[in-house]
Amino acid sequence: MGNLQFTEQPLSDWMNRDGNESNIVISTRVRIARNLVEYPFPILATNQQSEEVLNKFEEVLNDERMKPFGKLHPIELADLDDLDKQVLVEKHLISPSLVTESRNGAAFISDDESLSIMVNEEDHLRIQCLYPGLQVKEAWDKASAVDDIFEDHVDYAFDDKRGYLTSCPTNVGTGLRASVMIHLPALALTHQIGRILSAVTQVGLAVRGIYGEGSETVGNLFQISNQITLGQSESEIIDNLYGVVVQIIEHEKAAREKLLSDSRIRIMDRIMRSYGTLSYAAVIDSKEAAQRLSDVRLGVDLGFITVPLHALNELNVMTQPGFLQKKQGGNMSPGERDIFRAKVIREHLEDNVQ
Amino acid sequence: MQCQECGKRPATLHFTKIVNGEKTEFHICEACAREKGELIPGTAGGFSIHNLLSGLLDFNPGASGQTAGVKSAENLRCEKCGLTYSQFSKLGRFGCSSCYKYFNERLDPLLRRVHGNTTHVGKVPRRVGGHIHMKRKLDDLRRELQYRVLHEQFEEAAALRDQIRELEKNISAE
Repeated sequence: MGNLQFTEQPLSDWMNRDGNESNIVISTRVRIARNLVEYPFPILATNQQSEEVLNKFEEVLNDERMKPFGKLHPIELADLDDLDKQVLVEKHLISPSLVTESRNGAAFISDDESLSIMVNEEDHLRIQCLYPGLQVKEAWDKASAVDDIFEDHVDYAFDDKRGYLTSCPTNVGTGLRASVMIHLPALALTHQIGRILSAVTQVGLAVRGIYGEGSETVGNLFQISNQITLGQSESEIIDNLYGVVVQIIEHEKAAREKLLSDSRIRIMDRIMRSYGTLSYAAVIDSKEAAQRLSDVRLGVDLGFITVPLHALNELNVMTQPGFLQKKQGGNMSPGERDIFRAKVIREHLEDNVQ
Repeated sequence: MQCQECGKRPATLHFTKIVNGEKTEFHICEACAREKGELIPGTAGGFSIHNLLSGLLDFNPGASGQTAGVKSAENLRCEKCGLTYSQFSKLGRFGCSSCYKYFNERLDPLLRRVHGNTTHVGKVPRRVGGHIHMKRKLDDLRRELQYRVLHEQFEEAAALRDQIRELEKNISAE
């Protein structure tokens, strides 16, 4: 596929809308997992069966009630080159396992990229909604509305006792995973982050770094999501996540106040040094870029510097390996990427700061 | 920093694994990472949720005395897709929706460990779950009936009783 609209821009249109608490919470994501009763789950489905599954779902796109969600573009993974796939993963429009494990994997992505429906991932159907800022309820309502339309056309695997049946037992019941991406630099700087995040895991939520499970969090960005999908209703899951995130935001704000009153000059120095590095460096690796971008973002929130938040959100995606290579137009070695990354950051800051 | 696998190229990927509080760091280059299958975030080859799950699945509920009449795990098999329980415990994933039925007797302890719960209380699909909506409605009416009787509001109670009978008739007619 020569020109894929979804891999050209770093930020989806939905990210340019106003969100709630959007300086601390970057985005909200809700996904629900559903399966068809008459087909084996994707892990055991034959090539023909997974093709039939895809065809069934594609027909649903013609339902009039899908119109309000914007035009949905069906994309088959087999038609994409590796860089496009990587960029879609970096923008969270598709999951890594849709790239690596699926047979006849596909995604239906809306024009504004706020709705992405994955087919033949771990489950037959995964409906994902993305919102800027903290909007868990809104994201769930939309995903649920899309779910209702699909349910009118296909027979879901549902059991009175276990709920929506999923391939992995960690998703059974509601099939709902709600998560928020949150930026917590002050809690990290004041060494409170460990305590708070371990408290979060005590109440049935999971925390991980944004770009990769198991890898250390870079750029103080965390993803907080519900672990439990069975035995709680969707609204309990949503309310629980929302309530905990609101508390974390309060702690982060308190930590920022404390930083300002106790060590204003030191924190300012750190932020300005990072800003200087991003503005003038000739070589920068992804880990350093993420950390410096986090500092600058904090600097904007604290009023030390003026950079539009959207420019920083863009840079979070633009500095990822896939997007860099996509922009450059081909594969680059890690060393070449570090040089190109520095250039992209310098130019983007220059374009966005008067 | 050089890649600690090949020692030739610069390390561009940095992993931290924390297992039982013990922290290990890896600094490797892209070529070595690709070999190790750790390139695409979230698929860190070494360890996944499914590995973690299979640890739970091997858990034997009969450790303190096997319940009589429960088939041993080796003999359990989904008759629809052919997946055996031992395959399921290695994969950490079901093969089809019928697996839930055939492995049912083993699922309560597993689900309790993962979710702290065994029974769904959330959304119910409109078409497939029609009778569940009715059952839930029935439960609500019965609760209200009890409340009315308790508070000696017999007129309302009688109306509720008729509603319940009607609903019960509909459910058994299905």
